[in-house]
Amino acid sequence: MAKVTYIKGKEPHQLERRLIFRNVDRQGWNPSISRYLSDGGYKALRKALKKKPGEITEEVKRSGLRGRGGAGFPTGVKWGFIQPGNKKPVYLICNCDESEPGTFKDRYIVHQDPHQLIEGMVISCFAVGAEIAYIYIREEFPEAARIVENAIKEAKKEGFLGKNICGTKFNCEFHVHRGAGAYICGEETGLIESLEGKRPYPRIKPPYFPAAMGLYMCPTIVNNVETLCHVKHIMEMGGEKYSDIGMPRNTGTRILCVSGDVQKPGYYEVEVGKMTMGELLNDVCGGPLKGRKFKAVIPGGSSAKILRCSDTYNVACPPETEKQEISFEEIPLDFDTMAACGSMAGSGGVIVMDDSRRMSWVLNNINEFYAHESCGQCTPCREGSTWMKKITARLVAGQASPDDLDTLESVAYQIDGRTICAFGEACAWPVESMLDKFRDELLAETVEGNAQSALNAEQEAQRRYLKDAVACADKP
Amino acid sequence: MSHSILTEQVSSHQTSGTRHHDPFDVTEKIEQEASLRIQQYPEDQKRSAVLPLLHIVQAEFGFISSEAIEWVAAKLDLNPIKVEEVVTFYPGLRQHAPGKYHIRVCRTLSCAMGGSYELMDKICELAGIDRSQSSHHNPIAVSPCGTWSVEFAECLASCGTAPVCLVNDDFHENLPAAKVPQLLENYR
Repeated sequence: MAKVTYIKGKEPHQLERRLIFRNVDRQGWNPSISRYLSDGGYKALRKALKKKPGEITEEVKRSGLRGRGGAGFPTGVKWGFIQPGNKKPVYLICNCDESEPGTFKDRYIVHQDPHQLIEGMVISCFAVGAEIAYIYIREEFPEAARIVENAIKEAKKEGFLGKNICGTKFNCEFHVHRGAGAYICGEETGLIESLEGKRPYPRIKPPYFPAAMGLYMCPTIVNNVETLCHVKHIMEMGGEKYSDIGMPRNTGTRILCVSGDVQKPGYYEVEVGKMTMGELLNDVCGGPLKGRKFKAVIPGGSSAKILRCSDTYNVACPPETEKQEISFEEIPLDFDTMAACGSMAGSGGVIVMDDSRRMSWVLNNINEFYAHESCGQCTPCREGSTWMKKITARLVAGQASPDDLDTLESVAYQIDGRTICAFGEACAWPVESMLDKFRDELLAETVEGNAQSALNAEQEAQRRYLKDAVACADKP
Repeated sequence: MSHSILTEQVSSHQTSGTRHHDPFDVTEKIEQEASLRIQQYPEDQKRSAVLPLLHIVQAEFGFISSEAIEWVAAKLDLNPIKVEEVVTFYPGLRQHAPGKYHIRVCRTLSCAMGGSYELMDKICELAGIDRSQSSHHNPIAVSPCGTWSVEFAECLASCGTAPVCLVNDDFHENLPAAKVPQLLENYR
């Protein structure tokens, strides 16, 4: 393959392995189909069309690919849920509603390399027997919607979409469907409701598993942008060989999005499990800002439980099976170890906070997000997320009592596990983990504690935001 | 039909901005765009085109009036309430007129850490916008001249280049408050 050079100043770090982001920030690259074809594009599709659909699903199962949207569910297994004798039309939906705070990987794929996504999607459609696919793009990516629509037109013109794709009997049409700014549309059944033209209230599972009763009550597969791109590479190199990348059960590469208090925030594609948290934050991202120390990290999008940098964790690091004590910096970045550490790898959005940040302020910001984004279908979540926001707004303003923290905790645990979709956990986990890890700090900011701890100048500055938060909390 | 009541509501919505808006007038272009979008979905699933049609309306008129809701409903053989419930749900759909340039500043964690609240303050200061009256149900604040409007948005998915904002459809990243004069100048 041609040697790839990158735009100056945007070269990948030497510890990275670029598969999905191979063409992101690449010199002389553009999103046109001619550029993509000149780089060997759509060869994987031709290869796939020579196989039987079931063989592709088997190949994906063999690769060990796990969904990159947040839950980490094995993609091949998901595809296998479609009943063999099914007579209804099958739909494939690409979830490009990237909206988990801290996550910004799909943005670069759809803006810079849309044909990689389209190729991965056509292969996936062929594998699951879908003749219509929708790409659900969040409203805040207007440019991406135009780029992808144009890419679809180009692919159709070249015979990679439409009727008789590449001279076979396979027909497939793609359509772009734009969202309208709601986080809940990232939840697959909420997305389906949205695509049906309704309020995106998630459906209860069971019975509404999309593979059985999805879009228009037909079998539907919903996959994340990054996941669908991986399918193309699995086809290219074969499932067996793909599974050699990364670690057993945690295969392939994944894109980590680092933001917050580090020297070099950005996107980094690494082999799953081959890099530790310390390597990511210190070597790849250049360490903390000058004169600062890392305090806490949210490792997988804002719904993931927060980890304290000063803690040790008693977990088994693959390929070892014995548990051992490791420091925060030794945590390998894979799905299973992250779960064992009490958080989740989630969507790969790593948000870093240093010792200048007040956790009450951080938590309040997160709570405002979830209070705004709760769809309102389930009472615990609708009411609870607003309660939690109001309590933390009081806390940041220095008007909370120590009892408020107990109320906060009780509200969070009354949401967790009592809602139709995972949004309940998503909004409760940050609160639960923050109270678990930083209770003393939060307690020190309650009315009685307040007098004991003087704020430094930086903390005073952060408090300024609170005028806004408190004003908002007071309004209905 | 209760059309006159609906029209009244439209004018009251419009007062949130002083920018002049043309009355809801369906042009040939809009009709064509709408038909193309409706064709994306199976024939018996026209309702799926609610969001696409609302996007067409909003792109053309800046916001979605009650007349527009009625038009979309008629287009898709729906009761207007089915369209209205969608409009009132999504933060990306506006029932109030924005300014000529509508600025959405990301306020979620990474951007807030990067200074998005200062960014919002600076924009309001330079554009002469008073945000004190904005609320959850009417998050948009418009400048007296009608040129600018602002709104906080939740995560715009570019946390690595915080703080960020959208000006209409244009995306701006790495935008500290100090760069606001230059940003606004670009649109004047």
